[in-house]
Amino acid sequence: MTDSKYFTTTKKGEIFELKAELNSDKKEKKKEAVKKVIASMTVGKDVSALFPDVVNCMQTDNLELKKLVYLYLMNYAKSQPDMAIMAVNTFVKDCEDPNPLIRALAVRTMGCIRVDKITEYLCEPLRKCLKDEDPYVRKTAAVCVAKLHDINAQLVEDQGFLDTLKDLISDSNPMVVANAVAALSEIAESHPSSNLLDLNPQSINKLLTALNECTECGQIFILDCLANYTPKDDREAQSICERVTPRLSHANSAVVLSAVKVLMKFMEMLSKDLDYYGTLLKKLAPPLVTLLSAEPELQYVALRNINLIVQKRPEVLKHEMKVFFVKYNDPIYVKLEKLDIMIRLASQANIAQVLAELKEYATEVDVDFVRKAVRAIGRCAIKVEQSAERCVSTLLDLIQTKVNYVVQEAIVVIKDIFRKYPNKYESVIATLCENLDSLDEPEARAAMIWIVGEYAERIDNADELLESFLEGFHDESTQVQLQLLTAIVKLFLKKPTETQELVQQVLSLATQDSDNPDLRDRGYIYWRLLSTDPVAAKEVVLAEKPLISEETDLIEPTLLDELICYIGTLASVYHKPPSAFVEGGRGVVHKSLPPRTASSESTESPETAPAGAPPGEQLDAVPTQGDLLGDLLNLDLGPPVSGPPLAASAVQMGAVDLLGGGLDSLMGDEPEGIGAPSFVAPPAAAVPANLGAPMGSGLSDLFDLTSGVGTLSGSYVAPKAVWLPAMKAKGLEISGTFTRQAGTISMDLQLTNKALQVMTDFAIQFNRNSFGLAPAAPLQVHAPLSPTQTVEISLPLSTAGSVMKTEPLNSLQVAVKNNIDVFYFSTLYPLHILFVEDGKMDRQMFLATWKDIPNENEAQFQIRDCPLNAEAVSSRLQSSNIFTVARRNVEGQDMLYQSLKLTNGIWVLAELRIQPGNPSFTLSLKCRAPEVSQHVYQAYETILKN
Amino acid sequence: MSLGEYEKHWKSVVSQSVCDYFFEAQEKAADVENVPPVISTPHHYLISIYRDKLFFVSVIQTEVPPLFVIEFLHRVADTFQDYFGECSEAAIKDNVVIVYELLEEMLDNGFPLATESNILKELIKPPTILRSVVNSITGSSNVGDTLPTGQLSNIPWRRAGVKYTNNEAYFDVVEEIDAIIDKSGSTVFAEIQGVIDACIKLSGMPDLSLSFMNPRLLDDVSFHPCIRFKRWESERVLSFIPPDGNFRLISYRVSSQNLVAIPVYVKHSISFKENSSCGRFDITIGPKQNMGKTIEGITVTVHMPKVVLNMNLTPTQGSYTFDPVTKVLTWDVGKITPQKLPSLKGLVNLQSGAPKPEENPSLNIQFKIQQLAISGLKVNRLDMYGEKYKPFKGVKYVTKAGKFQVRT
Repeated sequence: MTDSKYFTTTKKGEIFELKAELNSDKKEKKKEAVKKVIASMTVGKDVSALFPDVVNCMQTDNLELKKLVYLYLMNYAKSQPDMAIMAVNTFVKDCEDPNPLIRALAVRTMGCIRVDKITEYLCEPLRKCLKDEDPYVRKTAAVCVAKLHDINAQLVEDQGFLDTLKDLISDSNPMVVANAVAALSEIAESHPSSNLLDLNPQSINKLLTALNECTECGQIFILDCLANYTPKDDREAQSICERVTPRLSHANSAVVLSAVKVLMKFMEMLSKDLDYYGTLLKKLAPPLVTLLSAEPELQYVALRNINLIVQKRPEVLKHEMKVFFVKYNDPIYVKLEKLDIMIRLASQANIAQVLAELKEYATEVDVDFVRKAVRAIGRCAIKVEQSAERCVSTLLDLIQTKVNYVVQEAIVVIKDIFRKYPNKYESVIATLCENLDSLDEPEARAAMIWIVGEYAERIDNADELLESFLEGFHDESTQVQLQLLTAIVKLFLKKPTETQELVQQVLSLATQDSDNPDLRDRGYIYWRLLSTDPVAAKEVVLAEKPLISEETDLIEPTLLDELICYIGTLASVYHKPPSAFVEGGRGVVHKSLPPRTASSESTESPETAPAGAPPGEQLDAVPTQGDLLGDLLNLDLGPPVSGPPLAASAVQMGAVDLLGGGLDSLMGDEPEGIGAPSFVAPPAAAVPANLGAPMGSGLSDLFDLTSGVGTLSGSYVAPKAVWLPAMKAKGLEISGTFTRQAGTISMDLQLTNKALQVMTDFAIQFNRNSFGLAPAAPLQVHAPLSPTQTVEISLPLSTAGSVMKTEPLNSLQVAVKNNIDVFYFSTLYPLHILFVEDGKMDRQMFLATWKDIPNENEAQFQIRDCPLNAEAVSSRLQSSNIFTVARRNVEGQDMLYQSLKLTNGIWVLAELRIQPGNPSFTLSLKCRAPEVSQHVYQAYETILKN
Repeated sequence: MSLGEYEKHWKSVVSQSVCDYFFEAQEKAADVENVPPVISTPHHYLISIYRDKLFFVSVIQTEVPPLFVIEFLHRVADTFQDYFGECSEAAIKDNVVIVYELLEEMLDNGFPLATESNILKELIKPPTILRSVVNSITGSSNVGDTLPTGQLSNIPWRRAGVKYTNNEAYFDVVEEIDAIIDKSGSTVFAEIQGVIDACIKLSGMPDLSLSFMNPRLLDDVSFHPCIRFKRWESERVLSFIPPDGNFRLISYRVSSQNLVAIPVYVKHSISFKENSSCGRFDITIGPKQNMGKTIEGITVTVHMPKVVLNMNLTPTQGSYTFDPVTKVLTWDVGKITPQKLPSLKGLVNLQSGAPKPEENPSLNIQFKIQQLAISGLKVNRLDMYGEKYKPFKGVKYVTKAGKFQVRT
């Protein structure tokens, strides 16, 4: 007598037979027939033809039969709307039934019938049920409002059900409260603007009371709702935290994680000095660890969330390293996540244990896991400096195992270790070279080639090694080809005599025989560099590389803060904000952590800046990966990046004279080539990507850099020049100029989004510069910048920033950040933006000063081709705050004596000699700081010529 | 592996084809246990659990807490287990209408409705042979027609009007040791996962207090919702009105910081010779920190490397099997008698010509110790208030191996 019998009828008239049974007089037979229908339905058979017959069975006092019919109705009403109307009367009647179970069942089922005509009839019964005396009916009706809203939102609003629902938040029964919250949250999700859940301290209090008494799913709804609330100060936050903390001991892991979310979010508002803050931190650890003893699926979700939590607050789990140790029979998805967290928690204190574990894992069976374990060893070396040596020796041990994929992974990570600790572990190169032949994966080959190229001078047979790769050049992947090209060029620069042939071979392979534009471009760049200025080539190619940052896979802080608000949700599993993947993205609201607002008495420690910190602070984290310098030089170890564009026509194709003069100079004056003036390596204090300025001087034609255009061309306000091309900034193009109006200096920027994703969270920061220019306000980009959109912003500047003399004097290094990355560029500002309004000196003063400044400080310049007369010159200069103090006519020449003052108080005195009829003027400048003269002259040029 | 598929839609109908993504992922994973629990498809998310050789897959359209879904799926599986005595494809097939009714009762429009087994059982009666006979004679049904009493009271987990002739309250303190022991026998990681399962058959509305000799041990505890958290915080006493029947009262973790006793040790020597098609296998198990109790029900499971073809071993006690397909060696040891330690030794046949395996297998050990909670946890007393009768009370302790691994 089991239900499997319902599946067995395969006779031809099955539907017909069922029809007859459904219309039987015998109750029992009817019920059996409906059961058969349901059974067919669950396995996907179409039994919709029986609709009228099944609906006929609905009017019964047998609850089971009624339920079965309801199940059927829910499934088929959509395809048979007209028939479904027949059932309406029964529904309405059932909503009045004395048995609350039937009332609830009727209202529940009606909500599931997604037919417009039926929903109209649903309103009245629903209204009654929302006010039903029985809480079971009320809580069912609350959910029904959400269902109805999904079908017909307008109807729900018109009928005032939303207000009724809001009233239910104050219901005496906790289950009703929970369901009302759940329904409101769901409605609010589809209508983010509707202010449905405007929580206030009173309603929060009700929710917290209901929290203790409702079922576990009710607790989840309430906790998720609480997480969206922003307490008014740290006291309120603390009191909510105190009442939520007991949920951490709940047996249901979803409740625990929702509670963790509320606590993580509100903790942001608490001062770290507070005793309670420490208590809370301690309380968070045990429940998180407990989640790891649950079923593997739960563990997985928990681990993904723990990954976020340890990035945000590493102190929570810093003593719990051991629970993340991998058990050999964990599912692979759990193993990989545990490994990730182990590295995040690795520190000097526990590194020995971690390494021992990782070494153990590297001999496991699962290839993916072993690879990740080997990589993890490398990451430990980079993260914990003290352990680097031990990590390297562990990796060498692993290489000795000769297991192919272990060796390859080990070489890839050793390359990273070399980059982090240059000139420290080169003794292992010999061991690495022994394994050259076994490498068959592009990443490992590329890493090995990089190592050979980088340390070519220490590897006796570097040329042979690289040559062996060259044989199958065209069969290699792009990554390997690019790396090989760079490595051979490096080798050539280090050992020019023996490797001339090799470099010619690779250059011709890369340029003439390759279809890959990246490879060709890079080939041409090297070619041209080597042929025009080998010393410069050496400076560029062998430049010191920026060190790689400690942890490359950290989630960007603003995204991390947003994800913390989504703990326990799908977003936390994917580590992406819901807007990035939720279907249709219907008005997803971005969530952010609450800023810390202390109540008046408590003192706030300033160094702990939460999400609302000034943009400058976030810029401090400078990730040095993937910047321009790295891409250009030799770090193709990631996905290939397109090289800078190059005018191929300009390149001499003749391979014979390629290295003609270059070779001599390279070999002749090798030692003094280092530190050649035009290619100063970036100063250590500066951000690594300030290539704009130094490169611009020599290679601007090659790299199409436009920095400095602002001073050379343009009017008083130079037209905007492109400062940061889109291809260097992941699609963000920045052009701009400087203005000075009514004593205010501004940087007029034009931001264009040429990427395919929306850009947000802009911030700007300047490096220290000669005149202390600094943004006077944060970079205000009000709306997110959508693709192809352009926005114009005027950024007011002050000169109150910190001062550091730059070379050239007027260069400015700028970092701009958005949600994608941080970008750097460098530009030159015209000096006249620094000329202040009160720069007019009185005559006596002028004379005295002029005499006072020694003659060696005087500089003379010619301003050619200026058609203006003395009056015009004087008035035009005055509008730029260069004031004419006196004017004399000496032997038919007009002599203008002028003064100007810079923002930092430096006076510049000028004598401008104008001969009528001669478009060339002579400018003599005297200043106590003679280095500004050149730039003042340029300002004169700029102002007069436009 | 699930052959048949059953579907239930709550909100809107999702085409069955969405499951293809799941089957794809299932094929990709070498082992059924390695199917990722969250899979994204272009329009939906599939969240699945694997239990009792069945996959339970749910299709999600909007952002929901995945833990919530996973917990719910486990609850569904628990409920099937509870109703049908087993959670298997056959059981589901045999009871498909009840399954359907249950699912309808458990979830409404994506909101869980009744997931407590006590309440479900009032709404839908579990099938019994007797009941189906009675039903077919009298025409009564499996579905209760009154509102379950616990559904809305402040104690949703207990129904009113419970009556027993014999009133009893039993507690099982079950502790599992999770441990990783390294080659040399030292403990890399160890912790105790403990639970107290209760079987309460008491009439009326009993209010129980359970106190411990050493409650300080319990610093990381998860409670059944019936427990009054405040009492625990202030007095370290578990005070609660219990659900009727079987339920898990608390689960707790005694972490590695406290000393976790390891009751067995394993001496092992597993070696494979270079360029030879055989290896040696030798393991011996002995008692250690067993608090004077007998260790029984010992089983050793070893996943041997792929190149192992067969094993010729001799156990001093118990019996062993080696499955040449899955390469799993299982040794059913039984009890340890300290006079003669059980050992298993012999030869391993390797695939000829294959390189000697790099990895050494881990040993997975199962054991059981009756009448001992290895953490030292002890129940002090159980008091009952609110009812007049005198119940039978009992506490049982047992310690087991959880994920207990020895690396070689």
